[in-house]
Amino acid sequence: MKQNHGEINTKLEQTRSDNVIKKEMIAMLLAGGQGSRLGVLTADVAKPAVAFGGKYRIIDFPLSNCINSGIDTVGVLTQYQPLRLNTHIGIGIPWDLDRNNGGVTVLPPYERSNDSEWYTGTANAIYQNLRYMENYNPEYVLILSGDHIYKMDYEVMLDFHKANNADVTIATMPVPLEEASRFGIVIADENKKIMDFEEKPKEPRSNLASMGIYIFSWKVLRDALIELKDQQNCDFGKHIIPYCFEKEKRLFAYEFNGYWKDVGTLGSYWEANMELIDLIPEFNLYEEYWPIYTKCDTIEPQYIAQEGHVERCIVGESSEIHGAVINSVIGPNVYIGPGTVVRDSIIMKDTCIGRNVTINKAIIAENCRIEDGANLGVGDEAPNKMNPNVYAFGLVTVGDDSVIPENVKVGKNTAISGVTLKEDYPNGVLASGEVIIKAGDRK
Amino acid sequence: MKAVGIILAGGNNNRMGILSRKRAIPAMPVGGSFRCIDFALSNMSNSHVQTVAVLTQYNARSLNEHLSSSKWWDFGRKQGGLYLFTPTVTADNSDWYRGTADAMYQNIDFLKKRHEPYVIITSGDCVYKMDYNEILDYHIAKKADITVACKDMPVDADVSRFGVVRMNEDSRITEFEEKPLVAQSNTISAGVYVVRRRQLIEILERAAQENRFDFVSDVLIRYRNIKKIYGFKIKDYWSNIATVDDYFRTNMDFLKTDVRNYFFRQDPKIYSKVDDLPPAKYNVGSDINNSLISSGCIINGRVENSVLFKKVFVGKNCVIKNSIILNDAYIGDNTHVENCIVESRGTLKANTYYCGQDGIQIIAEANERYLL
Repeated sequence: MKQNHGEINTKLEQTRSDNVIKKEMIAMLLAGGQGSRLGVLTADVAKPAVAFGGKYRIIDFPLSNCINSGIDTVGVLTQYQPLRLNTHIGIGIPWDLDRNNGGVTVLPPYERSNDSEWYTGTANAIYQNLRYMENYNPEYVLILSGDHIYKMDYEVMLDFHKANNADVTIATMPVPLEEASRFGIVIADENKKIMDFEEKPKEPRSNLASMGIYIFSWKVLRDALIELKDQQNCDFGKHIIPYCFEKEKRLFAYEFNGYWKDVGTLGSYWEANMELIDLIPEFNLYEEYWPIYTKCDTIEPQYIAQEGHVERCIVGESSEIHGAVINSVIGPNVYIGPGTVVRDSIIMKDTCIGRNVTINKAIIAENCRIEDGANLGVGDEAPNKMNPNVYAFGLVTVGDDSVIPENVKVGKNTAISGVTLKEDYPNGVLASGEVIIKAGDRK
Repeated sequence: MKAVGIILAGGNNNRMGILSRKRAIPAMPVGGSFRCIDFALSNMSNSHVQTVAVLTQYNARSLNEHLSSSKWWDFGRKQGGLYLFTPTVTADNSDWYRGTADAMYQNIDFLKKRHEPYVIITSGDCVYKMDYNEILDYHIAKKADITVACKDMPVDADVSRFGVVRMNEDSRITEFEEKPLVAQSNTISAGVYVVRRRQLIEILERAAQENRFDFVSDVLIRYRNIKKIYGFKIKDYWSNIATVDDYFRTNMDFLKTDVRNYFFRQDPKIYSKVDDLPPAKYNVGSDINNSLISSGCIINGRVENSVLFKKVFVGKNCVIKNSIILNDAYIGDNTHVENCIVESRGTLKANTYYCGQDGIQIIAEANERYLL
């Protein structure tokens, strides 16, 4: 009888541990970064939540890649300004990531009984969520970042990882050798086994740039994270990968040859949007086999009025266009008034542009109001006075929920955020290189 | 909510021409991004009717595909849900739905099992927004047996395909004539009925015993003197799409600012299945005037006074005028389309000319798309 009982107990224990839902590969998506080089666009939202390509947000691309690659368990690590990100992701319905087992889980930093800390680095953030990963008892963990535009089948990368019996696989892409000094470069042998690393080398020995996408065999990742848990600002590129390399783990470079764009600066963000307009864009949203999913609040068709003109544009749902829009990316539910001309610009959702407005080369964020007769993007370029590295490229950048009053002129390399009044524009002009930040006023 | 919903979505008629060859009328695309049944479903959902049965019979594949998930209309809850009832063979019945009353009678168990005191019955081929709570409150205030939503049609409208009603000063319906040769009034039944659930069960059982199958002629018209049947006037937009002309006109109505704002901007919104299509793309040479363009379209030509549904491709130097282009149609270069309805998934060859001379021409062409 007693013996029997013991048997049942061990059986119970076995079934318990076996009952952990087994997932072959889970993804951890780092979405906590500010993306400070996007200036006022990320004043109140994390970079992965910034709109892209009319109706999408940047995080839609890695999330859609996950579900299209058959990965149904994704932890999204958030920290900086997560409200819009949380609202966007919800329970993951748009990406089919609302699952009984797995699905999408938002993982913010949390308080613990003895020591609480923010996510201090990419690997530190993953370390703090060891328990989440243990829940799924995966064989492999895919580390992604939420700020790149690309379509990639992670399953092919996993096959490569398995075929090489690798411990770590780093996704890389060939870049022109003269640009290689801007990237983290990996040097691999003919079998793609990694022989060495160089961070932003002056004289690069290879043109394979790391894309910040890694597949780890779970045990290797787990050991490395625990081993390096006291490392300050523990980072994948700076600490975990070098640690694995030192320990003579099998590191391989997976070569990706598709479109991949880091939209880290206003210039590259603007450019990547404009590339979508090309007749046959390199990054084609209209291919049917790899759909990009997003949360759609609006599904109504768009209306182009009698006096409207739209050419070389992509335009989102429910927008209404009475003016002329040329070579631009327009988000959903945008209104563009009669007599207005918009050129070479990005206008995000819910923004309203009045009559007889002229907009040249501007990025206008969500829920803005540009009043009648305003003229954006005039005059000659001048370096930005506040932050010349951020507000460059000749762009006018307008943050979320901003208002630009009627008949003012705005120069190039400028930034505006918040509800601005006529008084904020000396003689009705914001000269090139100037900035108005009044974001605090909006409440 | 005090009511369950029933959407009658089974019918077919020959007035839709070849458009209804592919699908039941409630599955007809409307207003660029919607299907006709979305209006009834969204009304139900927005009125907090949580349990809705859709009765389908004719050519339901397209409709079933559209309703494959109920989450878009916010059904699919623990309390309530969306039920699709197609005719089935049972131990004591192997008939198709022989009429609207028979369709409900064959699913009478659904009605018997519910606990809500009222039933709201609507048809799936009308385009309208309605808060069913208003008609229900009216029904209760009037102590009516059945309340019928009615619409005053314009004086010059041809109402001979509708049920025409006449009401007394108390709004009680005194005359009800189905598809009259000569209409006595221009007030028609909008196909929305409110009735107490027990009353409906009783009526349906009695009609079935008498081998009567149609809700309008065998219930409303037959009972108009014994039961208290009241009319409730719809003041806002209402349109039935069940003929080619009405279908065309209803879609063109969305080009009018007031109709568009009423359906697209004013709350409550109309919901539909989300298709995850990219934004519409306008290439060099596109020139659009007074048109609705849906997501996934790629346009290289001229579009004027037209409604383009999802994923339409318009080639170079095309001219599209006063036309409706349904989902996923492909129009080759240099093609002229005027006064037409282009059937969904149709492929029009390059360098062709279509123009509806007297009335609307329906184009259903299945050419090989990628050999053009």
